[in-house]
Amino acid sequence: MNQNAKKVMVIGGGIAGIQSSLDLGDMGYKVALIEQEPCIGGRMAQLDKTLPTNDCSICILAPKLSDCFRHPNIKIHSLTQVQKISKKEQGFTVTLLRKARFVNEDLCINCGLCVEKCPSKVLDTFEMKMNKRKAIYLYYLQGVPAIMAIDKEKCLYLKNKNKEKRVCGFCEDVCQHNAIDFTQTDTNYTLESDAIILAVGSNQYDPTPLYAYGYKKYKNVITGLEYERMISASGPTEGHITRLSDKKHPKTIAFVQCVGSRDVNTNPYCSSICCTYSTKHAILSREHDEEIQSSIFYIDLRAGGKGFQKYIERAKNEYGVKYIRGKIAEIKIDENENPILFYEDLDTFDVKSKKVEFVILACAMIPTKNSDKLAKVLGIELDEFNFVKSSIDSPVNTNVPGIFACGACLGPQDIPHSVINASGAAAKASEYISRTKR
Amino acid sequence: MDEIRIGVFVCHCGTNIAGFVDIASVEEYVKTLPHVVFTQRNLYTCSETGLLAIKNGIEENKLNRVIVAACTPRTHEPLFRGICSEMGLNPYFFEFVNIREQCSWVHQKDREKATLKARDLIRMGVARAALLEPLEKFQIDVKPSTLIIGGGISGMTAASNLANQGFEAIIVEKDIELGGQLRHHHKLYPGNMDSQEILSIIEEILKNPKIIVHTSSKIKDIDGYIGNFDITILKDEEEIKFGVGTIIVATGTDLLKPKGLYNYDGKKVITQKELELLFKKDQFNFKNIVMIQCVGSRNKERPYCSSICCMTAMKNARYIKEKNPDAEIIILNRDIYTSGTYQETYYRDARKMGIIFSRYNESKLPKVSEESVIYFNESMKEEIEIKYDLVVLSTPLISYGESKELSKMLKVPIDEFGFFLEAHVKLRPVDFSNDGIFVCGTCKWPANVPESISQGYAAASRVTRIISKDSFTVEGATAWIDQDKCVTCEICLKKCAYKAITRDEEERVIVRTVLCKGCGVCATTCPQHAIEIRHYTDNQVESQITALLEGDLVE
Ligand SMILES: Cc1cc2nc3c(=O)[nH]c(=O)nc-3n(C[C@H](O)[C@H](O)[C@H](O)COP(=O)(O)OP(=O)(O)OC[C@H]3O[C@@H](n4cnc5c(N)ncnc54)[C@H](O)[C@@H]3O)c2cc1C
Ligand SMILES: Cc1cc2nc3c(=O)[nH]c(=O)nc-3n(C[C@H](O)[C@H](O)[C@H](O)COP(=O)(O)OP(=O)(O)OC[C@H]3O[C@@H](n4cnc5c(N)ncnc54)[C@H](O)[C@@H]3O)c2cc1C
Ligand code: SF4
Ligand code: SF4
Ligand code: SF4
Ligand code: SF4
Ligand code: SF4
Repeated sequence: MNQNAKKVMVIGGGIAGIQSSLDLGDMGYKVALIEQEPCIGGRMAQLDKTLPTNDCSICILAPKLSDCFRHPNIKIHSLTQVQKISKKEQGFTVTLLRKARFVNEDLCINCGLCVEKCPSKVLDTFEMKMNKRKAIYLYYLQGVPAIMAIDKEKCLYLKNKNKEKRVCGFCEDVCQHNAIDFTQTDTNYTLESDAIILAVGSNQYDPTPLYAYGYKKYKNVITGLEYERMISASGPTEGHITRLSDKKHPKTIAFVQCVGSRDVNTNPYCSSICCTYSTKHAILSREHDEEIQSSIFYIDLRAGGKGFQKYIERAKNEYGVKYIRGKIAEIKIDENENPILFYEDLDTFDVKSKKVEFVILACAMIPTKNSDKLAKVLGIELDEFNFVKSSIDSPVNTNVPGIFACGACLGPQDIPHSVINASGAAAKASEYISRTKR
Repeated sequence: MDEIRIGVFVCHCGTNIAGFVDIASVEEYVKTLPHVVFTQRNLYTCSETGLLAIKNGIEENKLNRVIVAACTPRTHEPLFRGICSEMGLNPYFFEFVNIREQCSWVHQKDREKATLKARDLIRMGVARAALLEPLEKFQIDVKPSTLIIGGGISGMTAASNLANQGFEAIIVEKDIELGGQLRHHHKLYPGNMDSQEILSIIEEILKNPKIIVHTSSKIKDIDGYIGNFDITILKDEEEIKFGVGTIIVATGTDLLKPKGLYNYDGKKVITQKELELLFKKDQFNFKNIVMIQCVGSRNKERPYCSSICCMTAMKNARYIKEKNPDAEIIILNRDIYTSGTYQETYYRDARKMGIIFSRYNESKLPKVSEESVIYFNESMKEEIEIKYDLVVLSTPLISYGESKELSKMLKVPIDEFGFFLEAHVKLRPVDFSNDGIFVCGTCKWPANVPESISQGYAAASRVTRIISKDSFTVEGATAWIDQDKCVTCEICLKKCAYKAITRDEEERVIVRTVLCKGCGVCATTCPQHAIEIRHYTDNQVESQITALLEGDLVE
């Protein structure tokens, strides 16, 4: 069967989009993988280790990134977003917007000379703004495609382009491969596609509005994703667990569950993955420093995945993690900025308090920013929480024939579920194309 | 023979290795080893930057052997071999030295010795690399058809997807009809869809000319290999043989019968499944109902959460309440598992409907007597007695006993609970490590219907990758029998778990290379030393041992 002429577009280059692309590429489809960031990888690229086996996230992801990059049937469209879509008799015509990278993809060899010379520093979003990068940057160390991009807003040259005198441009001077190209502009182009897979993932809830937790008010209260970067060897503190107030290494850590989840005032649903990822964090903390005592404040402990229950037993028995069934009412700090948690013990219904040195908030998984707009463009329905709507008998279908969905854009889910749905969406796309196009 | 030019790339793996091993000193040391003409350290050798460094290293230094000292070949060997191939080097000239799992991670407390061990391991790799020989992978034909074992929702979903893509699927179901557990369900959460509605897929399956269904059938024997499996089944005592290219295991699960627990009698104390059967037969007529969660799960014997029973209990409790708002229902639980978007709303609404949820502790299990359930209420700190006319026990999904037999026939692993064990929990969730065999549905782990369906699709996708092509490439590192030494004693033939050794037309004992996994068992048993494992030859292995003994660490 020659399927070479058939094309699938995958929107979103997290682990789900990557898996769909690889399966379809192997089946012989031509895949266009659309990613809005400079590199593919998604959330998984930011994680330190992955539960329940604690293998290093980027280590198991990196071969997949390379497979995608090298696959003869897959083309990665980075810094690109979907603008418009029209349904044809067979398949779709998609208009894309590619943001200027200001670096020639074919010429840059990722030598890093430009980064050294660039004088403009920017808060690094990949590192959850816990440190700075330059205006010219590689999205993350193992990122694919492994080429630089220039941040238009922060580049001194581009910001002062209309001035008489040339400002900066050091990167251009130092690049021996003539890869810097300040003349690039944002461009629109169209692609034809026989089917589409949506894999735009999810975002993290920002707990600032929940004043009682003191996020942003207290330096020693951070989120789970920030902690994930902090314990990562390639992260902003090179893997050292460090209080943001005084750079000290905390010995007592509290993990607060269901922050912005299971709460009718914010997000009424359960985010599924945080009970186990906080357990992971507590285990890893102890591995970083044997003196660390972790307590996890939870309402119900949700660990249904393969090996998860035993993971929790291990945390209790081998890593001394304490699980406290308690709902946090408020977090305050003492004179040394040590957080004090006031909570209702849900077993005894007494109000208690506990002082620790560091607090990690397990925040809800919420729909990806602007995914509602994308849904409108594609004409697909969302559920009451703004995740892509599916049904129990067609779990990877959307309401539009030919458009499928996978990964965390369908609702909170972990990596195994995302990978399963991703292969599933690939099978459905292939089935759809086989039935509609011969 | 050309001069041997070895390049060694030592990986920091962030701090995974560099945090516990002095990489710089290791690199200095490696430079002194024989045939090593080039060395380099990389922060992440597997990143695009690292790969480029290997490519440049090969080109600029005319390397003909490449060593990466890093993590594990399990996840990364294909990548690095691929890079060698791209550069025109035979992939078997690549050697992997694991200094992470086998060194840095296990010796985190002793940097000095870990560093010495890393040196030893690399020295062994260098010795072996010098003796590596080029091998060819080869192509085998692939039959574009799939055997699906189990005709529950996940197996049927896979069959339907494959057939709709034009591939043949053969379902073998042990029961008299298709449908699996779903046949016994009443409604499905969350929308109260009738389970019969989903089972309408059965008709579609039976009509589809690309799908063959064998009910009341059992797998008797599985022979062959990816692309060409030979299957024998027993259908009503009759043997049927056919060939397929790939296999999907979708045998589902049983539900634990709580014999001996909480006075289970199947009448006044029943399981959720039995309760649904009462609904289906319209024989339900109870008013005071106590449900107990985690019966036989999340305990010492079965330390796992079955993930579907909390939702199932709520589904059934809600149904009772809808029919009879006066019914009193209390669900005794340890935690409520309603993970995901709609599930939590379902739980909240159940409470609003007046269903009581109360917590019990694993250390003080409830007691069921003739008329009442007594449990210790944590918040009131006292024992509470509830009169009942029906107790419903939420028991977990458990594996079928015969999974063990099947796993042996398929040569795939099962875990301690009898669930099938996938190749990689995160990244290869429906593959087995054995090529051409896949898994979906609850036989792998408890899952609800949408998850089981997704897994059915996923398995179909993994299969399609293989059967949409005419051929499949198999490993070249296999056993080879030296006919001059072989005395045809057949000891190896009996030992090979993969049935890879046979007699050919001339009665010689030979290895069927496509079946051979290169495990080495035959070579170790052959009394004549007639068998050699390519890529792991005696002299290659001996060279490693010799190199090890030259080490500083051996005391
Ligand atoms: C703190 C934390 C810890 C975790 N730990 C674990 C763990 O240990 N184990 C585990 O299994 N799971 C863990 N997870 C969950 C895991 O991260 C997710 O399951 C997984 O990343 C989901 O993959 P995805 O591809 O669906 O989405 P994502 O990883 O979010 O990827 C989506 C991709 O789509 C891109 N995108 C978004 N919108 C657009 C658009 N409009 N156009 C183009 N591209 C777009 C994004 O840039 C991104 O690259 C954790 C999550 C968090 C937050
Ligand atoms: C009481 C109860 C209520 C439930 N309610 C819901 C609900 O409301 N919503 C929901 O989403 N999920 C529910 N579930 C879960 C649901 O039943 C499963 O998700 C689903 O049935 C799994 O499908 P499956 O194909 O993996 O396995 P199964 O349905 O178990 O099918 C496996 C099939 O394989 C066959 N088989 C087994 N071994 C062999 C062999 N060796 N050779 C040949 N054939 C073999 C079996 O006979 C069976 O037909 C419920 C489960 C229970 C127990
Ligand atoms: S842009 Fe030039 S200097 Fe910068 S990394 Fe690329 S090749 Fe090197
Ligand atoms: S022009 Fe200057 S500021 Fe802009 S990216 Fe280059 S070096 Fe940085
Ligand atoms: S997974 Fe756990 S922490 Fe996360 S929302 Fe659900 S119950 Fe809360
Ligand atoms: S789903 Fe509920 S009843 Fe079932 S094992 Fe998990 S916690 Fe217990
Ligand atoms: S190496 Fe293993 S699989 Fe191959 S023939 Fe010998 S015993 Fe069989």
